[in-house]
Amino acid sequence: MSTETLTATHTHQDEHAHHEHHEPSFIRKYVFSTDHKMISKQFLITGIIMGCLGMLMSLLFRIQLAWPDESFGFLESLLGKWAKGGKIDPNYYMALVTIHGTIMVFYVLTAGLSGTFSNLLIPLQVGARDMASPFMNMLSYWFFFASSVVLLSSFAVETGPASSGWTVYPPLSALQKAMPGSGLGTTLWLVAIILFIVSALLGGINYIVTVLNMRTKGMSMNRLPLTIWAFLLTACLGLLSFPVLLGAGLFLIFDRSFGTSFYLSDIYLNGIGAMTNSGGSPIMYQHLFWFLGHPEVYIILLPALGITSEVIATNARKPIFGYSAMVISLLSIAVLSFIVWGHHMFITGMNPFLGTVFMYVTLIIAVPSAVKTFNYLATLWKGNIRFTPAMMFAIGLVSFFISGGLTGIYLGNAALDVQLHDSYFVVAHFHLVMGSAAIFGMFSGIYHWFPKMFGRMMNNTLGSIHFWLTFASAYMVFFPMHFMGLAGVPRRYYQFSLIPEFGIWMNVNIFITVSAFLGGAAQLLFLYNFFRSIFKGKPATQNPWESNTLEWSAPIKHLHGNWPGDIPAVYRGPHEYSRPDRDLDYFPQHEVGNGEPVHYEAPAETQKTYASDNKDSATKVFFSSFAHLFLLKKA
Amino acid sequence: MSNSATVSTKTWAGGRSPFNVSYGKLMMWVFLLSDAFTFSSLLVGYGAIRFSYSGSATPWPEPSTVFNHFPFAHGINLPLLFVSLMTFILIFSSVTMVLAVEAGHRNSKAEVAKYMVYTILGGAAFLSCQAWEWTQFIHEGGRLDSNLFNFTNEAKIKADHLKLFDHVHWELADKQPGPVPFASLFFIVTGFHGFHVLSGVVINIVIWLNVVRGTYERRGHYEMVEKVGLYWHFVDLVWVFVFTFYYLI
Repeated sequence: MSTETLTATHTHQDEHAHHEHHEPSFIRKYVFSTDHKMISKQFLITGIIMGCLGMLMSLLFRIQLAWPDESFGFLESLLGKWAKGGKIDPNYYMALVTIHGTIMVFYVLTAGLSGTFSNLLIPLQVGARDMASPFMNMLSYWFFFASSVVLLSSFAVETGPASSGWTVYPPLSALQKAMPGSGLGTTLWLVAIILFIVSALLGGINYIVTVLNMRTKGMSMNRLPLTIWAFLLTACLGLLSFPVLLGAGLFLIFDRSFGTSFYLSDIYLNGIGAMTNSGGSPIMYQHLFWFLGHPEVYIILLPALGITSEVIATNARKPIFGYSAMVISLLSIAVLSFIVWGHHMFITGMNPFLGTVFMYVTLIIAVPSAVKTFNYLATLWKGNIRFTPAMMFAIGLVSFFISGGLTGIYLGNAALDVQLHDSYFVVAHFHLVMGSAAIFGMFSGIYHWFPKMFGRMMNNTLGSIHFWLTFASAYMVFFPMHFMGLAGVPRRYYQFSLIPEFGIWMNVNIFITVSAFLGGAAQLLFLYNFFRSIFKGKPATQNPWESNTLEWSAPIKHLHGNWPGDIPAVYRGPHEYSRPDRDLDYFPQHEVGNGEPVHYEAPAETQKTYASDNKDSATKVFFSSFAHLFLLKKA
Repeated sequence: MSNSATVSTKTWAGGRSPFNVSYGKLMMWVFLLSDAFTFSSLLVGYGAIRFSYSGSATPWPEPSTVFNHFPFAHGINLPLLFVSLMTFILIFSSVTMVLAVEAGHRNSKAEVAKYMVYTILGGAAFLSCQAWEWTQFIHEGGRLDSNLFNFTNEAKIKADHLKLFDHVHWELADKQPGPVPFASLFFIVTGFHGFHVLSGVVINIVIWLNVVRGTYERRGHYEMVEKVGLYWHFVDLVWVFVFTFYYLI
């Protein structure tokens, strides 16, 4: 191996690496760490804790849905005044539904998924010493942490947490007196979300700039692992959609606390009379919210798809089928996600012509989604599949992506949506396609990169059992909901026994709740496996999955600066598995080929560039960037 | 995929920045892009609410009849003159910022410091003007939850015949409550912009101190001045939109 030639690579990041002689203090290493690998672990563990809480809430309201007329003593001892006589209070039921949604969407599947894996993988897979700004990265985690604390603190409030659903539509959220949760609980929700937006922006700016600017030599855009493409586009989505939620939240805070009326038209509140606030429109909130809300769905899903792409290619021992098609489909999903928000609002009385436009663009998303699905299946076809837990979860994602995605075509249809809106059909759809699919992607990532994060292996047998139980229970919970929704059962209702027509669904509700408990029990298995393996797992080998990507060339023991010597250069794409001309069935990106000449086309340059050393004209760079983004021209 | 072991160093091949900018400057661009979306959401919200008042019984007030005051010219009809002055001040502070950046390229410490001071003064002057305008607006009956900028029919006829430099004096009886969001949007939109200007002035002062202390001279380049310059121009650009949508239209 002629690695000597690589020493020509000398960047300012290399200087970074020479500072790592002194051991940082406990606080600097584990708490206020600026190292992307530690921040990634912080995101993951906070995400897991939030995930457990979110799941616990869902089990509590599932109890109410399955046995609406019975009382359970343990509920009163657990929830106190919110479950007097062992039955959950209706307002508290709404609060549980709201906070369950908020936690799962924002705290687990946005910060927990994107925060963990973008932080871990972007510097390691593009070949950078750390994020572009490690300090901003640290702030990103701590804003997220503060946001989690503020959100959870609303459970300690006399009137309970926000209860107007995770979308916090006005007027329930805009009028402090509308319901108990509309008071301090919603204020805390808004503060938590604004802290969360700051965290997402700090993280997103870092991710984008690191991917664009800090790639190692040879890591052209068309050699990026698909995880990195997914994280890059996710960060772009977050960066452009979260600010709009910030604007929406700003209006809402003023409506709630300072007497303005952006979202309040003439309104009459029972027992209080006509409100003085008037002149606004609650529909405007929905427009602003869903301008974030729909890209948010893809902020959740794209990282999971990226993780799946890499895990499937590695474990099928085949190149991913259609790398460019995968990138272009990610790009088109990202672009389309900004112009489809209206499909959440078909029944708000929007102009039918506008509804039709939103319907068509929504249905177009099925095309890139189908491209991805077919490419996954084609990658698996005749592959030499290794059924690691990560691989099983990745295939599980493909399954949910299909079964949940198909119902999206029904819901995207404006005419059908009039019947299906706010029914259990919607609940079934998004829990399968973004809930289960994204959480499976996250599990896949955890099982796959656990050796990289903690230097130890997770137990494969427990992982397999965890997969099968979770997979089965997810379908058992969400599949029957389709039929309930088609029959007209509305979501967010507290007590179905009061409506005789829904009596036939009582046994189905019990079945769903029992399945949910089975799924919850399966997660205990995961928690045991995860935390035990951190301390007592089998020590990891350098490249346990025989993968091509760059992160497996970094030492098992984490170093500040990732690689002890120079950053490895990259010679090929990430998916060179089972090449007929090689004995090994993988070919790491950084490995120099046998007997192939090694040379650089231009002298090594530093990564720190300033305007004066600009050799290409700005116009050329501008147009070539488009050429590379859209046509994936070879660099 | 290529099987040669060539490591290319072309624009997008890795190992250097494809845009030939430092990561810090790219971060500023990315941040400004996202901030543009925040302002867009506020302005789109403004547009939606204002549009909903077209043809309503309480029409949206004519900005030129509301913002027609000038300091020390009490009672004289000078529509939009003061806000034009504010706009001029802010744009002029962008010019001095350009000069500071340009001086930075020549590594001329004294000139950078001089033009940074002009920029800071321009920002402070803009904020002071805004404070005066807000005071005037509140005096006239603008509140977050109410607005007195709607004329009775008789007063409206009088307002339509007003000419430049005419003396105006409105009685309380001439006015009636108008659309509430007119006043609240004024506070939110110009307030959020003013908050950006205030942050900009504070950041400019910090950078100016660094210039004077010679931090960038030792570093060999004045890129930080360029980065805050980007932010300052962005704030200026946003004001052009606020001015157009809130005052002119």
